Amino acid sequence: MIDVINLEKHFGDKNVLDGISVKINKGDIVCIIGPSGSGKSTFLRCLNCMEDPTGGQIIFNGVDIADFSVDINVHRRKMGMVFQHFNLFNNKTVIENIMLAPVHIQTQELNKAKRKNLLLPITNLFKSADKKEAPVAITTTKAQIKADAKENAMNLLKRIGLEEKADVYPSTLSGGQKQRVAIVRSLAMNPDVILFDEPTSALDPEMVGEVLDLMKSLAEEGLTMIIVTHEMGFAKEVANRVLFIDEGKIMEEASPEEFFSNPKTARAKDFLSKVL
Amino acid sequence: MGNFDVKVQRFIDIFIGKQAYLQVLEGLQNTLTIAIIGLIIGIIIGTLIAVVRIVPKYKLLPRVLNVICNIYVETFRGTPIVVQLLIFYYVLLPLLGIRMTGLEVSMLVFGLNSGAYISEIMRSGILSVDGGQMEAGRAVGLSFGTTMIKIVIPQAIKNILPTLGNEFIALIKETSVVSFVGATDLYLVFNRIGSSSYEFMVPYIVMAFIYIILVLIISAGIKLMERSLRKSDRRN
Repeated sequence: MIDVINLEKHFGDKNVLDGISVKINKGDIVCIIGPSGSGKSTFLRCLNCMEDPTGGQIIFNGVDIADFSVDINVHRRKMGMVFQHFNLFNNKTVIENIMLAPVHIQTQELNKAKRKNLLLPITNLFKSADKKEAPVAITTTKAQIKADAKENAMNLLKRIGLEEKADVYPSTLSGGQKQRVAIVRSLAMNPDVILFDEPTSALDPEMVGEVLDLMKSLAEEGLTMIIVTHEMGFAKEVANRVLFIDEGKIMEEASPEEFFSNPKTARAKDFLSKVL
Repeated sequence: MGNFDVKVQRFIDIFIGKQAYLQVLEGLQNTLTIAIIGLIIGIIIGTLIAVVRIVPKYKLLPRVLNVICNIYVETFRGTPIVVQLLIFYYVLLPLLGIRMTGLEVSMLVFGLNSGAYISEIMRSGILSVDGGQMEAGRAVGLSFGTTMIKIVIPQAIKNILPTLGNEFIALIKETSVVSFVGATDLYLVFNRIGSSSYEFMVPYIVMAFIYIILVLIISAGIKLMERSLRKSDRRN
């Protein structure tokens, strides 16, 4: 589903990613681990062009999204992202956080279709008879979009047991609650894949569990996930592939059992001896 | 100072007896209109300039816009507002063949002028919003502009509200120069009252009090507004 070819990223003279190639298939749970400063977060942020790659290609659903001429916003909708510091919208309530993007994007598409239909008689004038376009069928209304998004958001909140928090602002939530809301916010877009950038690193220890449990249940449903994490136990249990990144290169790629019990490279051995 | 009560009496005669208070009300209305319209134009222009300055500058268009905004801001911050009023009223608009009253020119110039100052306020406000907010908006597939309008700018305005209030207060006080282009404001009215009675002491004191009361009311209003806006980021 995602095909990364020779991805490079420089910050000035510094080579943060040095030619990474990897193929991620549908349903994969990929954990990316490595020492700090190894480029693993940068790699994740390059996948949805949050950082613009300086070289290489990222083929996502058949389109090279590293190409500047591509409308990246369209592709990001199918590629959720969860941040270390949650980044919930502070000026929106919990449910508005979840509804905002789906409502905005669908309304935008509705308006676009309406505009197109309106102008169709004029644009058709300049086309030969066989190329004339029929108006786009409009099956929904703005109110309907909103109602659907609200229902969907409530269901998502129920799933994480926070439906009574729907109308509060994020500042009143605990860290674990914030991160779970952030995860369902990206779920609301029905993404093909979700990128997790150290989702539990900013949490108090007693809240790590609730977030990991939610991620586990998503994994069981077959959602494709790419996770940068320091939770080795979680990686061992949930991932089906482990990427060990150091100095901007993939040093080792293996199944978790193999990687944790029998690392091949000296760097991985050294790293594991420090963290395990 | 021995005949202060005589002076007060003379002022009251003109103020109420000759119905000068009607003029004062008109002057007050003009002062407020210029300041409010000026602030609104200023916020719009200031926000646009602030966004132009913050947009990443990989492409040519943002760079060109940035240069234009720089020239604009430096021009309006580099000249006194009286000079700007005079240039607009006596040079620019006649050259362009546009007819505007002194009041309209004042609103326009105060808007353009405060836009230059508000752009810097707004820029610091936008920069004070955590960068993660923009990233989160972009990550769910919203465009830069949509995220700016729906997420970043509302939070920025909340952060800069006290400073914006100061700008409004400064605008109200600066309007006392619009009589240069013939607009009737508080200063001009009290000056007229003074000249008709050959007695300036009391009218100017009253004028000063009106300005102070105006400013006090506005700062109280800003405090109220700030408190209600803060609700979203305090634990309750």
